[in-house]
Amino acid sequence: MLTNKIREQFPILKEEVNGKPVVYLDSAATSQKPQAVIEAVSHYYETSNANVHRGVHTLGNLATDAYEGARDKVRAFINANEAAEIIFTRGTTTSLNLVAQSYGMMNVEEGDEIVISYMEHHSNIIPWQQVAKAKKATLKYIELTEDGEITLDAVKAQVTDKTKIVSVAYASNVLGTINPVKEIAEIAHAHGAVMVVDAAQAAPHLKIDVQNINCDFLAFSGHKMCAPTGIGVLYGKRALLDAMEPVEFGGEMIDFVGLHDSTWKELPWKFEGGTPIIAGAVGLGAAIDYLEEIGLDNIARHEQELVAYAIERMQQIEGIQLYGPLDPARRAGLITFNLQEVHPHDLATVLDMNGIAIRAGHHCAQPLMKWLEQSATARASFYLYNTKEDIDQFVEGLKMAKEYFG
Amino acid sequence: MSMNNKLDQLYRSVIMDHYKSPRNKGILEDNNITVDMNNPTCGDVIHLTLQVEDGVVKDARFEGEGCSISMSSASMMTQLVKGKTVEEALHYADNFSKMMLGEDVDDDVDFDDAEALSGVAKFPARIKCATLAWKAMEQGVQQK
Repeated sequence: MLTNKIREQFPILKEEVNGKPVVYLDSAATSQKPQAVIEAVSHYYETSNANVHRGVHTLGNLATDAYEGARDKVRAFINANEAAEIIFTRGTTTSLNLVAQSYGMMNVEEGDEIVISYMEHHSNIIPWQQVAKAKKATLKYIELTEDGEITLDAVKAQVTDKTKIVSVAYASNVLGTINPVKEIAEIAHAHGAVMVVDAAQAAPHLKIDVQNINCDFLAFSGHKMCAPTGIGVLYGKRALLDAMEPVEFGGEMIDFVGLHDSTWKELPWKFEGGTPIIAGAVGLGAAIDYLEEIGLDNIARHEQELVAYAIERMQQIEGIQLYGPLDPARRAGLITFNLQEVHPHDLATVLDMNGIAIRAGHHCAQPLMKWLEQSATARASFYLYNTKEDIDQFVEGLKMAKEYFG
Repeated sequence: MSMNNKLDQLYRSVIMDHYKSPRNKGILEDNNITVDMNNPTCGDVIHLTLQVEDGVVKDARFEGEGCSISMSSASMMTQLVKGKTVEEALHYADNFSKMMLGEDVDDDVDFDDAEALSGVAKFPARIKCATLAWKAMEQGVQQK
């Protein structure tokens, strides 16, 4: 992969932070955007902007084509059976809430179980807590191994015939662990439960195939994979989506409206009430084109190299603690860690003075922090535009912080 | 300005001293005011106990977990409020917020060691770290 050429395509990487060239190691929070995506969004506003699915006029048709064209790209990107199974949302959080509020509230009953894991992001915990509370169901957690991995035995220990929903991250935003979602789906299905996959940290880095995983729902965000903020995706199997009630009502999603009752449009539009995020969808389509041109396999390989290099260099620092599996082949492109005697916030400030952006805190995963017995950790995450030089500077920053606070 | 100079503005030596040897660390037992507060965006936590008698803060102790700024600020705050009336303590909390916004503090306020935290105003992302203990104190002294 020609990283230097790729870096040229991300205008923000030419910026300076505190007088230093920016070293962006926070892509797991949100990725930077390539020129192609920025231009696709501008181009849409400059040439095709109108509301979708309603106008008779030409611009309305152009906008509708752009919006639905993006949906086709998403369908192909995750190998869904048909475009009607792709619902545009505001992001992973909205997608998971949609499944919880619609499928969850319609199908979970008193005494039932919802099974998630200890490594979930808050957005894959709280929507289920709300369903469990409302329906007097039990929320259960799959235990992790010491390395921060999910074994199938641990899944089998929690999933029972009372389980209605299993919802697990494809890749952990803290540990980096890539979970065996296909095998977990098999266990869920054997007990009559549906399988929900939170793919927020997987979609930017791995080739996703929803038919191969055989998951029932899968959620991800555009902004972590080079697209704008405010656009996300919920994939669902048609039979399930067809039987589900919308959670947002209003314009765009209706078929016939009477004084006291209304009917819904067909899939996927019945779940897209209101004017949708048209330019965001166009940006997501452009991001998919961009990533596929480079090749997700190439991106994954590049990240594995960076992770391997970073682990090797970080382990040479005395007093460093790395979390999650150490085998780069078994993890996504991020490393969560703590440096003895330096609180993650202080570390992040020292690195920021050097132009280096990392994440510090609980990473929206408080149950996992409890499991790690840490109140906060630091996280460096990598994407296609990062280089070994970025990691060298990061490691120098770590050493500087250690010296400063030591 | 070199990086270390700018960092030195934030992490003044008195801050590092309070961080490494916090004053008033611990818990006051029996019939005292207790406040638990956290900073949900970053995970910093403080458990503050206060002894208030006849409108005067007689004693203050804290336990907590957090960065150098939040823990040194807690240490300095407990040092400062001891012996002050509730009214004075609230006046200090109010002025501490002003200092964090980079504004001038009132003439009758002497922050002593906590003056060192004035540099935090230049690091917007860290202001919440510094104010956590003061917010806890503000809530505590007003508890009935």
